[in-house]
Amino acid sequence: MYDGNKIIPGLVIFLGLITFPFWYNIGSAAYEKPQLKLPEIEKECVEPKDWIRAEHMQLLDDWRDLAVRDNTRLYVNQAGKSFDMSLSKTCMSSRCHANKAEFCDRCHDALAVSPYCWDCHVEPPIVEE
Amino acid sequence: MALNRRSFLKAAGLTTLAGLGGHAAMELLAPGALEAAQPAQVGAYPEALTAKRWAMLIDTEKFTSAELYQKCIDACHKTHNVPTIPGKQEVKWLWTERYAGTFPEQQHALVPEKVKHQPFLLLCNHCDDPPCVRVCPTKATFKRADGIVMMDMHRCIGCRYCMAGCPYGARSFNFRDPRPFVENIDEHYPTRMKGVVEKCTFCEDRLAKGQLPACVEVSEGALIFGDLADEDSEVRRILRERYSLRRKPSLGTNPSVFYLI
Amino acid sequence: MLEKALQGNKTYWGWIGALLVLIGIGFGCYLYQLNEGLTITGLSRDVSWGFYIAQFTILVGVAASGVMLVLPYYLHGHKPFGRLVIYGEFLAVAAVIMCLLFIVVDLGQPQRLMNVLLHPTPNSILFWDMVVLNGYLFLNIVIGWSHLHAEKKGIRPPSWVKPLIYLSIPWAISIHTVTAFLYAGLPGRHFWLTAILAARFLASAFACGPALLLLILFIVRRVSDLVIPREAIQTLSKIITYAWILNLFFLALELFTGFYSNLPGHMHSFEYLFAGHHGYDSLVPWMWNFVFLAVTSLILMVNPGTRNNQTTLIIALIMMFVAGWIDKGLGLIIGGFVPNPFEGITEYWPTIPEAFIAVGVYAAGFLILTVLYKITLEVRRANA
Repeated sequence: MYDGNKIIPGLVIFLGLITFPFWYNIGSAAYEKPQLKLPEIEKECVEPKDWIRAEHMQLLDDWRDLAVRDNTRLYVNQAGKSFDMSLSKTCMSSRCHANKAEFCDRCHDALAVSPYCWDCHVEPPIVEE
Repeated sequence: MALNRRSFLKAAGLTTLAGLGGHAAMELLAPGALEAAQPAQVGAYPEALTAKRWAMLIDTEKFTSAELYQKCIDACHKTHNVPTIPGKQEVKWLWTERYAGTFPEQQHALVPEKVKHQPFLLLCNHCDDPPCVRVCPTKATFKRADGIVMMDMHRCIGCRYCMAGCPYGARSFNFRDPRPFVENIDEHYPTRMKGVVEKCTFCEDRLAKGQLPACVEVSEGALIFGDLADEDSEVRRILRERYSLRRKPSLGTNPSVFYLI
Repeated sequence: MLEKALQGNKTYWGWIGALLVLIGIGFGCYLYQLNEGLTITGLSRDVSWGFYIAQFTILVGVAASGVMLVLPYYLHGHKPFGRLVIYGEFLAVAAVIMCLLFIVVDLGQPQRLMNVLLHPTPNSILFWDMVVLNGYLFLNIVIGWSHLHAEKKGIRPPSWVKPLIYLSIPWAISIHTVTAFLYAGLPGRHFWLTAILAARFLASAFACGPALLLLILFIVRRVSDLVIPREAIQTLSKIITYAWILNLFFLALELFTGFYSNLPGHMHSFEYLFAGHHGYDSLVPWMWNFVFLAVTSLILMVNPGTRNNQTTLIIALIMMFVAGWIDKGLGLIIGGFVPNPFEGITEYWPTIPEAFIAVGVYAAGFLILTVLYKITLEVRRANA
């Protein structure tokens, strides 16, 4: 092999770099399913829980475009119940997920995603009980 | 909620025609695959106020006090969480300007003193042929079927071409994070993030729920809002009866804001 | 061929190091801007474009000016340009990359840049500017690189490059035309709303662009074995002279239309720029410097004695480039926003971080230019 003394260390460095996430996390605790605080008043979500868990970002994205771009703000789910297409007024209303820290953030933090919805959309103030 | 099913479905159908992409429609149908009997539907509120072309009349004779101007401005800025940023990087949706600055090229020095020193209320003109919409490279600003020039703050890349394009100085850019400059944030309306452009939307969010624009509501009759395309509407009746001006008519933008003199 | 840029003397590495330091400072300032927003610039609600967009505009002109070597060589067979064409093409590459960087640093939400492609909007001139600039970048990289590659191998350039070269000629005109259309199509901005803007842009670009190229080549000649044929310098100087005359002529046409017609909207910006307006006069000294530099360089360039003298030519080219930079880089953009839509005046001046970000972008462009020129010089030295 020509230039083996350059190629082999190069390959080692390359492998080290691309496997960085694995060995960086060695020793840290395994992923645990975050414990969410579910709403106390409202028991039914806009759509079935499993679907929402996987697709809520898609739903919100559609809601956003519908409300802002198509002036369409009313959502009627399969059960025939209607909702205002609004993150802060519907999802985060006082009947539902008003507590961002104990619901939204728990999953987002555990999965290391940081959606910037709340840069603009206002997180409802926590009401002291 | 009492919902007229037919009108609702009609609205949903129209939405689809209006360009709601196959993508959105498909995703909305997706939950149906799981268990439900019928797919989810979307539509407009039945109580929504609608028009072919929204327009605003500003009755300059009724604006006799500075308090009334301020009342309208405060109502607008509070409803929409418009920040109060001092200096030349300010953000404003509704504000006042002196006569000469409001009607350049239409004004002269010999008008009555009252007019010369009277402030005029300024806002986005919701032009029929808006230059801002023409220049926007992402359709972040666009004209709705009812004439409202709308702003999609989610899509704006902050190139500020619309600000160069707008002949009326109606647009503001968020040079910085506006939140620290909003007193008493109204949680029902979003703030903006730094780096996007914003302006008056004719309170389209309120119209959708059957309410008049916030400024109109508090204006004590000095602001009149209605459908310019409807010959029998109040705005058309008043325009027939009284003399009115629009800003910079020579530019061909055809504004929807009229000043009753 | 890139490895050829990795061998050089101390001066070469010193220059590269200096550029990297400037890029680093600029990048640091950009991170600051990214964090704080464009509030760190001197921009305002009234003057919403400034230094970045002005540099962008000038550099589109520099990029387009490569055609002033390509056209005489390929369409008129002007042989003395033969070995210089590639330097024009590579200057275009560096200039277009700087243009794109200046657009990015000007954006409020740069991470959403791809929205321009996700939601293509043909009614926006900015969309077309994106198309023509990227197309021009692609053309020049392909043409320049394939020629250099062929030269290295000692073979003729592949035949498919020829159509691309012919395409690049109108394309070069298009990039600056479309850039002028960004401004010239706005109904409320009298200063820009003029049919001659694109022509004036091209004229000033075809003067200042080749002027910059000649100056750069003179520097490269000092530090390398580059040979610039005397005839090439003479032809290029004449092209520059004609273009500069046209630019000043077009400016005079603007002044005539504005001031003879006596239309207030057409006069306001000129009055602000050259005389000041109610005490707002921060650009007045700059604009009169522009007049002085423009006229002096014109005299030096028109007169064959001073045009053909290396020293006076260099002085004239520097003066002309600075004049063009003031005219397009300060007067054109700021003047377009003054007075504002309410006939009021808000002045603008770039802040220090804003200036450093701009310097950083220029440094990045010159780094690319240095590497490309270095490779070219090394390939040719190996062949010599």
